[in-house]
Amino acid sequence: MLEVSALHAHYGRAHILHGVSFAAREGEVVALLGRNGAGKSTTMKAVMGLVRPSSGSVRFRGEEVAGREPFAIARRGLGYVPEERRIFSELTVAENLEVGRRPAPAGLASWTPARIAALFPSLGAMMARPGGRMSGGEQQMLTIARTLMGNPRLILLDEPSEGLAPVIVERMADAILQLKREGLTVLISEQNLHFARLVSDRALVLEKGAIRWEGTMQALMADEAARAAYLTV
Amino acid sequence: MIFGVTRIVNFAHGSFYMLGAYLAWTLVTVLPRGHLGFWGGVLAAALIVGVIGVLIEVLLLRRIYKAPELFQLLATFGVVLIVQDLALLIWGPQDLLGPRAPGLRGATEVLGVRFPLYELFLIAVGPVVLGLLWLLFHRTRWGTLVRAATADREMVGALGVNQRMLFTTVFFLGSILAGLGGALQLPRESVNLQMDLAVIAEAFVVVVVGGLGSLPGAFLAAMLIGQMQAFGILIFPKITLVLAFLVMAAVLVVRPHGLLGRPPSSAHVAQAVEPPLEATPGWGRWLLLALLALAVLVPPFLGDFALIVFTEIAIMVLFAASLHFIMGPGGMASFGHAAYFGLGAYGAALLVKHFAAPMELGLVGAPFAAGLAGVVFGWFCVRLSGVYAAMLTLAFAQIAWSAAFQWVELTGGDNGILGVWPSAWAQPKLVFYYLTLALCVAATLLLRRAIFAPFGYALRAGRDSPLRAEAIGMDGFHIRWAAFTLAAVAAGIAGGLFAYSKGSVFPTYMAIPRSVDALLMVLLGGVQTVSGPIVGALAYTWIHEQLMRLFDLWRLLLGTVILLLVLFFPQGLAGVARRRG
Repeated sequence: MLEVSALHAHYGRAHILHGVSFAAREGEVVALLGRNGAGKSTTMKAVMGLVRPSSGSVRFRGEEVAGREPFAIARRGLGYVPEERRIFSELTVAENLEVGRRPAPAGLASWTPARIAALFPSLGAMMARPGGRMSGGEQQMLTIARTLMGNPRLILLDEPSEGLAPVIVERMADAILQLKREGLTVLISEQNLHFARLVSDRALVLEKGAIRWEGTMQALMADEAARAAYLTV
Repeated sequence: MIFGVTRIVNFAHGSFYMLGAYLAWTLVTVLPRGHLGFWGGVLAAALIVGVIGVLIEVLLLRRIYKAPELFQLLATFGVVLIVQDLALLIWGPQDLLGPRAPGLRGATEVLGVRFPLYELFLIAVGPVVLGLLWLLFHRTRWGTLVRAATADREMVGALGVNQRMLFTTVFFLGSILAGLGGALQLPRESVNLQMDLAVIAEAFVVVVVGGLGSLPGAFLAAMLIGQMQAFGILIFPKITLVLAFLVMAAVLVVRPHGLLGRPPSSAHVAQAVEPPLEATPGWGRWLLLALLALAVLVPPFLGDFALIVFTEIAIMVLFAASLHFIMGPGGMASFGHAAYFGLGAYGAALLVKHFAAPMELGLVGAPFAAGLAGVVFGWFCVRLSGVYAAMLTLAFAQIAWSAAFQWVELTGGDNGILGVWPSAWAQPKLVFYYLTLALCVAATLLLRRAIFAPFGYALRAGRDSPLRAEAIGMDGFHIRWAAFTLAAVAAGIAGGLFAYSKGSVFPTYMAIPRSVDALLMVLLGGVQTVSGPIVGALAYTWIHEQLMRLFDLWRLLLGTVILLLVLFFPQGLAGVARRRG
């Protein structure tokens, strides 16, 4: 579904990604792990076109998308949920969903506000509330829901558990597993290993802008040396 | 609307308003008389302006959405210049009078006062348009997308919305409204070539007071300022022009982002990191020294006209250097730097007029007057950043300009102050030139010294990383305030010298075009080069002189030059030379 190879990216003169390569297959949940500043968010932004890759390739469903504009990449079925949430705080929940709405590709059941409300019941109860007057957890649900409204085939989830209470984190994990059951492919960046373990099939470990370790989640949990080298602070 | 979504401060919006009025005049006079001819003409004019707006957006603005804000401002000012000359070519210099609106010619009694029907109609049009816009923004998908894009355009793009189409449609609608505004003035006022800058200055004030990007805020601010002006004319007939700007200053003290505005979400604005200032490279130093040697050695062999040009160039170098000081190292955009230049000139001229002061005293008074204004205006301006600050500096320059223009007893109004001549010893053009050169070079070198002094480092630290600079104990506000004042003082010296070189002062010394002159010089030279303003002032003054001498349509050419410059040399001339060198 997604094949990234030898991806390089810069912020100004700073070289952030040094040849990131990985793939995500249809229907799997892949965790992108690593410490602060390892390049997780930049990898996602580069895939999405929000940071223009300086070289390398991003193939989505067989088509090269590197260098395209974010809106064009989104229209091909890639959804992006930013770390900072970035909900439109002046707009109501329903309007936030409306901004994300795009027609579903043929053969895919379309997301509607009703279906969103089934996935996140608390959102369904506050459709008319301005986005700015929601709790952190509700905002995180809204930002995922907004991206789902675009009927993506793959979503990039940037640190969805960050700053959330443990109860909410578990509810988030349930929602992600639910999406996986419905066939969505998910690339999730995380610092919270516990959360990543709950939802992911495979793990990629980033360090200094390159993938240093790759394998199943179970293998990572068994490999204490790798965890010590790349994940513990 | 346009600013909210595209974040471009569009000077050309005043031109759209003026074009609306001119086009409506043509259409209404050409079309058959009657309701259809008049209203059809007004609406058609607005639509044509909308199409012109789209052309400008697609051909020009699309290429510069990622350019620094000042380049965008300048580019749209280039459009203003071009439209002015085109309008002059098409409609001629004389004021045009339109017909009155059919069906609304008469007057009615309101509370015992005769009131023109057309004015009542206009009073109704405002809220109706606001209501329609509200419906558009809150009841359509397009409106929801526009409001979302006003908050966070990048995120809207990441959700699959083609921003380009959104921007173009917003620009279309915004331009239509500007054109409609101009067209509806037709039965009330004569159509003239000064409409554009007059309305844009007020529109900026309204938008800043209301809060950038807030539509209800703009409406509220327009009401407030309109009322203030209407009642102000009864109480303070002399300062109606200043009144709007005083309201703005008062509002911004209480609410720095306007009545209904919010602080910009700086988290999502990509900060362009300024490369460190490099000292002028070796060959550049030699070039500057060679220019200085020429400036010292050549003038004794020149005629009076050339001496006048040389004097003006020396003054402009200082003027540009003073603007560069706050823009480059200070990182503050100023769109009203002419205020301090003009106040310097008026400071000297008023001493001459009211106290018969000699030149020596006048030249002390000039930087003092400008510096005082720098202290007062700077206190407001340096608290804001980016386009907010730029619009505020513009507004303050307009205050200074309106005071000079309207306060006839003190300043002579439009007629200016004449007889501002140098003392006897400095009367010969050559002597005055050397005096000017000495003062300007000394002041420019002092500014340069300040850039590389600890003060300059602190200023640049505050520009590049305000929070970190504050965290290590730098008082960013006071540092910027001092820099602003210093730049005002330097501009005041330039202005004072300019007054004595011309023998007179006029309100145009602090009008918008002179502020733009200074900006062009700095940007032509390159903001992030120390020698930039010098190169820019030399090149610009020379080009300007040539254009004005050779062509009647110099605005058209200057506007085109600005557009080309912005599109192809975003680094400026000195920047290009440095990259090559």
